[in-house]
Amino acid sequence: MTTITHIPAEPSWWRIFSRNRGSVVGAVVLVVLFALAIVAPMLLRFEAGRIDVGPSMAPPSLVHLMGTDELGRDVFARAAAGLSVSLMVGFGAATISTFLGVVIGGLAGFFGRSIDALLMRLTEIFQVIPRFFLAVLLVAFFGASIFNILIAIAVLSWPEIARLVRGEFLSLRSRQFVDAARVAGAARTSLIFGEILPNALGPVVVNATLMVGQAMLLEAGLSYLGLGDPTKASLGQMLQEAQQIMRSAWWTTAFPGMFIFLAVLSLNLVGDGLTDVLNPRARGR
Amino acid sequence: MSKPLLTATNLVTKLFTDSGTVQAVDGVSLHIGHGEAVALVGESGCGKSMTALSLMRLVRPPGQIVSGSVNFDGADLLSLSEREMRAVRGGRLAMVFQDPMTFLNPLMRVGEQIVEAIMLHQRVGRSEARRTALEALERVGIPAAATVIEYFPHQLSGGMRQRVLIAMAISSKPTLLIADEPTTALDVTIQAQIMRLLAKLRGELSSSMLLITHDLGLVAEYCDRVYVMYAGRIVEEGDVYGIFANPRHPYTRALLSSTLSPDRRIEKLAPIDGQPPNLITPPPGCRFHPRCRERMARCSEEAPPNFDIAPGASARCWLYEEAARVGAP
Amino acid sequence: MPTKSLLIYVGGRLLQAVPILFVIILINFALIHAAPGDPVDILIGGADATPEYIEGLRREFGLDQPLWQQFVTYISKIVQFDLGYSLRYREPVLSLILGRMPATLLLMGTALFFSSLIGILLGVFAARRPYSAGDYTATFVSLAGYSMPVFWLGQIMLVIFALHLAWFPTQGMYSLRAPSQGFGRILDVAHHLVLPAITYSFYHLALIYRLTRIKMQEVLALDFITTARAKGVAEGRVVYRHALRNAILPVVTVIGLNFGFMLAGSVLTETVFAWPGMGRLLYEAVGARDYPVLMGLFTVLSVMVICANVITDVVYALVDPRVVYR
Repeated sequence: MTTITHIPAEPSWWRIFSRNRGSVVGAVVLVVLFALAIVAPMLLRFEAGRIDVGPSMAPPSLVHLMGTDELGRDVFARAAAGLSVSLMVGFGAATISTFLGVVIGGLAGFFGRSIDALLMRLTEIFQVIPRFFLAVLLVAFFGASIFNILIAIAVLSWPEIARLVRGEFLSLRSRQFVDAARVAGAARTSLIFGEILPNALGPVVVNATLMVGQAMLLEAGLSYLGLGDPTKASLGQMLQEAQQIMRSAWWTTAFPGMFIFLAVLSLNLVGDGLTDVLNPRARGR
Repeated sequence: MSKPLLTATNLVTKLFTDSGTVQAVDGVSLHIGHGEAVALVGESGCGKSMTALSLMRLVRPPGQIVSGSVNFDGADLLSLSEREMRAVRGGRLAMVFQDPMTFLNPLMRVGEQIVEAIMLHQRVGRSEARRTALEALERVGIPAAATVIEYFPHQLSGGMRQRVLIAMAISSKPTLLIADEPTTALDVTIQAQIMRLLAKLRGELSSSMLLITHDLGLVAEYCDRVYVMYAGRIVEEGDVYGIFANPRHPYTRALLSSTLSPDRRIEKLAPIDGQPPNLITPPPGCRFHPRCRERMARCSEEAPPNFDIAPGASARCWLYEEAARVGAP
Repeated sequence: MPTKSLLIYVGGRLLQAVPILFVIILINFALIHAAPGDPVDILIGGADATPEYIEGLRREFGLDQPLWQQFVTYISKIVQFDLGYSLRYREPVLSLILGRMPATLLLMGTALFFSSLIGILLGVFAARRPYSAGDYTATFVSLAGYSMPVFWLGQIMLVIFALHLAWFPTQGMYSLRAPSQGFGRILDVAHHLVLPAITYSFYHLALIYRLTRIKMQEVLALDFITTARAKGVAEGRVVYRHALRNAILPVVTVIGLNFGFMLAGSVLTETVFAWPGMGRLLYEAVGARDYPVLMGLFTVLSVMVICANVITDVVYALVDPRVVYR
């Protein structure tokens, strides 16, 4: 009903992001968790995997902030170490699969026709096949190492991003500013990198953020089932061990799980906030 | 003169948004007589749709009817309970909307949508209602009504869908039919058909019509009286001949001066210098003054009241202060 | 209801599933041969086997034949529903899995049903009262719900409700001391079902709630809602008869698309609560490196996901007339 007679200056991305209190909280928590993962091994008194640093199954105390497990290992130290593994796998897998998705989606969207049809069939198939079970299979067959887990997760998560990027390519390909650039003699690569990708980037970044959380949950699930890397501490594995002793030692499950939960929650909050910044039409603002 | 069917007095509707309060309808007064066809004319965003929604009490948050009164067939609509209002809406007071594609429920068969309306306002069973719905569809000129009644909206063409909307509105024989830009979303060839249908139905049902439009050609052909609206206010009122032959308000004159010849149908209003005002912070005094060629100093200071110039003709402009004093009491 | 075009549609969807099945079989086959070690070891799994048995396997799968021939053999076995044999359980894989299926279906079915229902009702409720305190709380809780690892939630629920409060049993589907027939049995199973079902439905409920809320808000702002109100339809009917029917379409799709993810959740939940379903079987098979069972589970679960997708498409076609009516 109103007609705008003057257009206000567009707020900076920080302004938009900070309007959503949840996202700011999420970002803060994420930073804290990162700091913890990086700094803890250096600062903490107790080495992560070392047994008998304290009494067995001791409840949280000033000495052992999160208690100890049945082998006398400090839960806090182990959990921090596990957290860094989870974060690494999460971000690593998300990065790789985003890259894969962008390339595949881009190829499909840019070249269209048969290449597009072929790649889209492939994407569809990968979307239907239950991701988790294929990951279980892959890790069980090829061995449980951090590397394998990372690759397994990365290889299974690209369909969403590919779809997104392809959609952007398809819609932008026919838009006028691309034609204008082409007429001006722009080479294909400069078209892709200069014009199309920057526009597609917004939703991709949001999706990638959410994907980190999903990858972390997937990794935790795999190690909970016993498919984690036995040489590295892992939050999922800690929960698996806790299954037997949680009756008398609730802290062995509460705290490691809390770390995963907080990490994924803050990633989801940040992702929500980023949606406001990068994807205004999705929120209808 | 017999008492009008509908009288709106000083209707004020505001929209309370995050960016500010929009004065969408700012003291609108109008009346519609029995059997009359009245036009409410203005450009997009002037508040005419909002006025119609206010009359039907269909204004949703962040909008709200702030003050005023609406007297319809002896009842003050604004003081009715929601339940009583629901009995009026769709029954004696009905509305036809602009875009038949978006204004019909895509998941319900058209017959069912009409039956729903009928069963709300008439004490009949379902089979009786179905028969009435069928009649309504035939009445609006839909061929093979018995088949169409089972169709879903997406299976019909634009013109047919609009006929369905009209059938829905007239199914309970309303005394006042409000048509909000009923032909804007349709092809030119269909527009004439729909307008003729509305005129015919009006005659058959002896009902009044409030036609909201920006198309002056339709006004000239189908209406008895005209209200011209600008920036939330009625700026001129008159009978259709008077408005076209002798427009009084500078805005009306500007609108009409774009016509090429009286015989030629006007499709769009010609643009006038400047922009329609921001209704959150409207211009002080007369809202049209920034764009008015005949403005005086007073126009930016004081908002002119509505001056009666002749019986049934008035203009909200300082130019007519003298005429009002000299003219009719 | 034009049944003919509906059948054609279903037929088309089923046909589309065939290449996916093919890829799944291909993946299984590739894994047998691509994984480190002798394919025979894979086929044996982690159990001990006699040399005669190994010889038999070699012949059965034609392991000395060229690869493409082995693939044909493999496919023909699958088509005859032979998914291999598990030495550890001494049972054909398929019957082993099918034996565990009812328990999983019971858990999933109950959880999905109640969480969908509650999620939709809460979503509608929240859409009608946006920005209220209840809305914010529910939104936050639902966000927490799907950020939580389901097995952690299960453990926490176990610790609180089963171990400390002792309101519910800690594991399994039935107690040994409970009646094994009739109503007593049903009650017993239901008692065991509560904690796993609640744990398991949290994610799904959160998802459905969020989606319904957003979609309802979108739909309630659409034009035909105004028409309904202009006809004099009461607000309750506007919300449930007009708005919800339109908003629920994407929700149906999501329930279907999410099925694969929910299956994964069931694995983890069953492991926490020692619920004797397919998920628990997976856990055991992983621990024992029983590859035939793992591959069989992968195949069966994928087929279930495909079926769920087809069913979802069919339900969608039934609800949205625009799909089938041209």
